[in-house]
Order: sequence, then C-alpha cells, then structure tokens
Amino acid sequence: MNKTITIEGVTRIEGHARITIELDESGKVSDAHFHVTQFRGFEKFVQGRPLTEMPGIMARICGICPVSHLMASAKACDDLLAVDIPPTANKLRRIMNLAQIVQSHALSFFHLSSPDLLFGMDGDPASRNIFGLIRDHPEFARDGILLRKFGQDIIALLGEKKIHPAWVVPGGVNAPLTAQHRDLILAEIPAALSRAARALEYFHTVRDRYPAEVDAFANFPTLFAGLISPAGLIEHYDGALRFVDENAAPVADLTDPHQYPSMIGEAVEKHSYLKSPYFRPRGYPEGIYRVGPLARIILAERCGTPRADAELGIFRTRLGRSPQSSFHYHWARLIEILYGIEMIQRLLEYPDILNTHVRSRARPNRFEGVGISEAPRGTLIHHYRIDENARMVWANLIIATGNNNLAMNRGVLQVAQRFVDGTHLEEGMLNRVEAVIRCFDPCLSCSTHALGQMPLCIELRNSTGELCDVLQRD
Amino acid sequence: MNTPVDIATESITLRIDDKDVSCRKGETVLQVARENGIDIPTLCYMEGLTVWGGCRLCMVEIAGSPKLQAACATVCTEGMIISTQSPRLENYRRMIVELLFAERNHVCSVCVSNGHCELQTMAVKLGIDHVRFAYRFPHLEVDNSHDRMRMDHNRCILCTRCVRVCAEIEGAHTKDIKGRGVLAAIIHDLDQNWGESSTCTSCGKCVNICPTGALTHRGTAVGEMTKKTTFLPYLTLMREAQP
Repeated sequence: MNKTITIEGVTRIEGHARITIELDESGKVSDAHFHVTQFRGFEKFVQGRPLTEMPGIMARICGICPVSHLMASAKACDDLLAVDIPPTANKLRRIMNLAQIVQSHALSFFHLSSPDLLFGMDGDPASRNIFGLIRDHPEFARDGILLRKFGQDIIALLGEKKIHPAWVVPGGVNAPLTAQHRDLILAEIPAALSRAARALEYFHTVRDRYPAEVDAFANFPTLFAGLISPAGLIEHYDGALRFVDENAAPVADLTDPHQYPSMIGEAVEKHSYLKSPYFRPRGYPEGIYRVGPLARIILAERCGTPRADAELGIFRTRLGRSPQSSFHYHWARLIEILYGIEMIQRLLEYPDILNTHVRSRARPNRFEGVGISEAPRGTLIHHYRIDENARMVWANLIIATGNNNLAMNRGVLQVAQRFVDGTHLEEGMLNRVEAVIRCFDPCLSCSTHALGQMPLCIELRNSTGELCDVLQRD
Repeated sequence: MNTPVDIATESITLRIDDKDVSCRKGETVLQVARENGIDIPTLCYMEGLTVWGGCRLCMVEIAGSPKLQAACATVCTEGMIISTQSPRLENYRRMIVELLFAERNHVCSVCVSNGHCELQTMAVKLGIDHVRFAYRFPHLEVDNSHDRMRMDHNRCILCTRCVRVCAEIEGAHTKDIKGRGVLAAIIHDLDQNWGESSTCTSCGKCVNICPTGALTHRGTAVGEMTKKTTFLPYLTLMREAQP
C-alpha cells in the first residue's frame, strides 16, 4: 500500500512550503518533493511603475537580504540607462553587498544551523536553538550575534537603514561615504576578523561528527554556477557567470548578462510556485545546478584575500577541489564571512573611497536591462523591460534560492531515503529533512527557523487517507 | 499709500480653543488660528492660492452650530466660539486620512516622497497605525511622458493644489479635474498625456506644491523627492504689490 508523508508548514522565503515524502508498499521512500506554496507576484505588480523605483520596490522581496535585490535591480537599471557607474559608487555598492553577505551568513550559520551542529541532529529540540546556544555556548553565540551586527551596522552607516535602505539607486548610490563612517567601519574590522576566525576554530571541532549527514545531505554530482572575476577570484557583484561541472572544470561562461536565457531555462513544476531553473544546454532536469557559497568556493581559483585563502586551502586539502555534499555549504559560508570582512577593509582603504561623485545621471537608453549579482544564497538575476516612457512592462526574476530548487528537491529525496523509515516517525528524521534544506539557507530558514524550530507536522497516511502516524512540533 | 484702518470697526474678537483672539474683518478661522499659534491640520489649503475646502481636515466646531465648518473657508464673525480639537473632530480627521489611503495605491515605503510627504506626516500626526477601510486598489496609470516631471495618479489625493497653482500663479491652466467622486482625476489640457500638453510651461510649481508623491521630478528614486513650497507666498506677495 502506497503512503505519503506530508510535512506541512515548512515555510519558504518569507512564506510557506511543504514537503511530501511518498512511500512504496514496503514502507521505503519512493519520491519526495519540496513544495513552495506561496505566490508573491512581484513580476506582475511592478508593471507600470517607473524604473527608478525598481530597486526600492524589489528590495521588499526580502527582509533578510534586501541588499542583494537592491544590487541586482540597480544593475538592471544601470543597464537600462546604459551607464557605467562611478568607480567609487561601484566600490561602495560592493561594500554594502559584502556587509549583507557577512550578516546573512552569520544569521544562517550561528542562529539557524549551528544548533544542529553543536547539539546534534538528534538533540533535544527544547535546547537545540539560539537560546540553548546562548546558555551552553555563550561566547560562540555572542560572536554570531556581533558578526551579524557588524554587517548590519555597515549597511546602516552607508544607507541610513539596516533593512531596505534606499541608498542604492539607478546610476550609483545617492550619498557618498563620510570619513567618519569609514573610520567607524575600519575600527570594527579586527574584532570581526577575530570572531570569524573563532567561529572557524569552533566549526573544525564539530565538522567531523556528521559523516552520515555529509554522505546524504544533497550529496550528488551537479553543475555549480556563480559569478567569477576576470582573474578567477571569488566575486559577488560583477563579472562573468560561470558554470562548472562536478570536477570544477568550466562548462560555460556567460559574459553578456542579456544572454542568460541561452544558459538558464526555467521549468515550472505543478507542485510548486518556485520555478526550477536548469542549465539549458543539458536540458531538464539533467541541467541541475547549485549556487551559493559552496558553488562560489568551488568555481573560484582562490578568494584573493590572505585569511580566506588560507582557510580555503584547508578546505580543499580536506575535501578536495569540488566536494559534492551540500553539508559543506556551512564551511563555505564561514570562509565567505572571512573573505567579506577582509574585502570590506581593502575596499575602504582605496584612496578614492570618499570621492563625492557617486552617481551617474542618464535617461533610459535601452528598453531591456539585466542585472546579475551574488546574493548570500547564490546568483540573483533581475531582467526588466520598459516602455518609451521608462515604465516597467515586464520583469523576470531568478532568485538565488530558486536556482537551488532542483538540488533541494533531490536533497530532500536523498535524505528521506537515507533516514526516513516509513513504519514509524522520529524527531531526528524530521530534523534531518529540515537540516538538508537549511544547508542551502533558503530564505525559509531565515523567516521561520529563527528559534531553531520550524512549526513542522509530519503526517503518515496510507493510500486511503487513514492517519497512520503523526509527529508534531510547534 | 495704504488707507489707515479703523481698528475699532474693522477688527473682530473671537475665541478659539478657550483663547481670546482678534483679527481683521474678512480673515478666515484658519488664518486667525495659525496667526495665534493654534494648529489646524490641512492638506488642500495652501497660502497664496484660492481656498478649495476639499480635504475637510480643517473642520472645526462653532458654538451654536450643529454642523462642522471648514476653517479655511469660514470667515470669522464677532463673538465666535470655536473648538479646533475634540474627540469628534479627531475621529473625523482620522477617518478622512484613512479613506485617502484606502482610495488609491499610496504604499509609502516605496514612494519617491517617502519621508517628505504631507499625507504621510499627517497620518503620523493623527496616530494612524492602520487603515480600517478596505483598500480599493484601483488600476491607475503613471504619466511619465513629460520630459522632466512625473504624474503618478496612484498617489494623488485630489487636493487640486496643482490645478490652482497652474491656473492662478503660472497662468497656464494646464491642469484640471475630470470625472466625479472616486472617478475624478487630474488631467492635462484635454485629457492628454502631460508630455503632449501644449500649454504646460514646465515651470515645476505643481511638483513642488504637491503634498504627496503624485507629482515628482523624473529620475527620482525611493525617498529622494523633496518639495520646496516656500516660494509661493513670495510670488503671491510680489503679484499683489504690483499696481
């Protein structure tokens, strides 16, 4: 008798999701799906709005990583204006983007994922959360909170607000950096670097405890995609979009953002509102690829900053150039925190960083614009079309989490096949299904897992709909 | 040279919010209140333009009259006793502003006038933290056809300041109103795109006088639009001073 387990209430990017696990007659997992059940509608309701409002509107897609949408949207608008933004504005945008990546990664690692790593996947859910962390590992928790604060404070110093700053505008940014604010940020760099280094030390003490999870957490060969600098360094703001295979060998480079549809196809599955992007030359679903910190770490030759490169060396010595398990996203995230802090310092020390020419002015000079940047969770694409009066007529967004949709679905299936026993349900199984999703740090973990608990309910029903077993966590 | 004023016959005494005040004949309740530091909220009123009396935020209670009166359009009379604040007035004012928000698509957070908007400031002042009425969500156009300015009907409250400044100060009368009730809208010339108007002088007074993000400069991003309204009394004064 076939059975389906439904995990209802896994919420997504500021929304809701559901996981269904299908069991065959012998109680073995036969299939699993990650359903994103919320519809946002941004691509539709921006139609008719002036393009200059786009960064401000699009930032509202997310409250955790609004800066990422600001970047991709502003770049798409720069493209519509057909301008090169002033070099100082470029650096300032990069600083804000890196600050965003540091704070988001800190949230993902310390607040959301580290309770699993420090207390164990089967640990007591009553203490496997940020409060348990504060009680049992206060220094570690403090480092996480202060690293997040470091990133948030930079965003606020640059853009006046921690969330949804209006500072990034088409053509650049709307205010230069002051010497006072630069010095405030620079003064925080040494402490932030120490915290990131301590977090890595801590991580090294726990990372080997989870061989089964490393083995089964979305551990399969796929392509990886992300931005890369012309020198082959890790890149979050500009550069070519590179696809590499499971051995980190380049498969394709996208240098003209307008050509992204030739590389990325967007499939739609009936079971989810989240699109399933795939690498078009390989077809669907064989063109499965992953984005985010692990992808960026794999496809870059090196980071380009000393501490991050040293840690990347340890990572590669230990795991090889191209580890396929999504469990390693956590480590990659920590390396990127280190890189982000070092790079912010480097950018702030450029002599022209206080230059007051930070905005290029122009009328729209194209009817179509594409902006690609790296969000904490991966590659983010904004694609706009406007009419002759600079009003939006069409938009297409490929959100970082969406790029990982196919991999998350396969990851859920893999972890379910490994850990779910159809004859009875256990807490640890429930948590591992969450934890594999959490590796990818989709926004759902941000919005719903802040206390270490997604309000999950797994129901096991037989083919007639009869409830066989239920596991509830509020 | 001005004719000397006979203060005894030309002046009026009245009481506003338990404060005895005096004014010259012909002055409105709003003018006298503001001269005496008594705040009465307004949105459509603008010093230097004719009185419109459309927003109804300046309604006050006058002793002996069961009806509320618009302070901007009520001329003071001897012995008037006026209340500008009461639970009844606060309730009406709050309701009026809530209805303005419900009527069109304001969405302050992503508005170019965010932080510099009279409607938004008014809502804060009146303590409006939510709107009790169902939003209408009308489908309205953004007229982005003008070379330098933008008309966003989604954020228009039909205060007609732009219509009046265009007709009375600039003398162009490019703007006017079409339709009635919720279907009313600001138009240019014979309901054409602004950019196609043959009468608009592109002076920009309408943009600066607009209380919300309905009339803005083109190319402004979220929160960037600030208005300069101080020009108007000077323009009016200069005009009146001319023989």
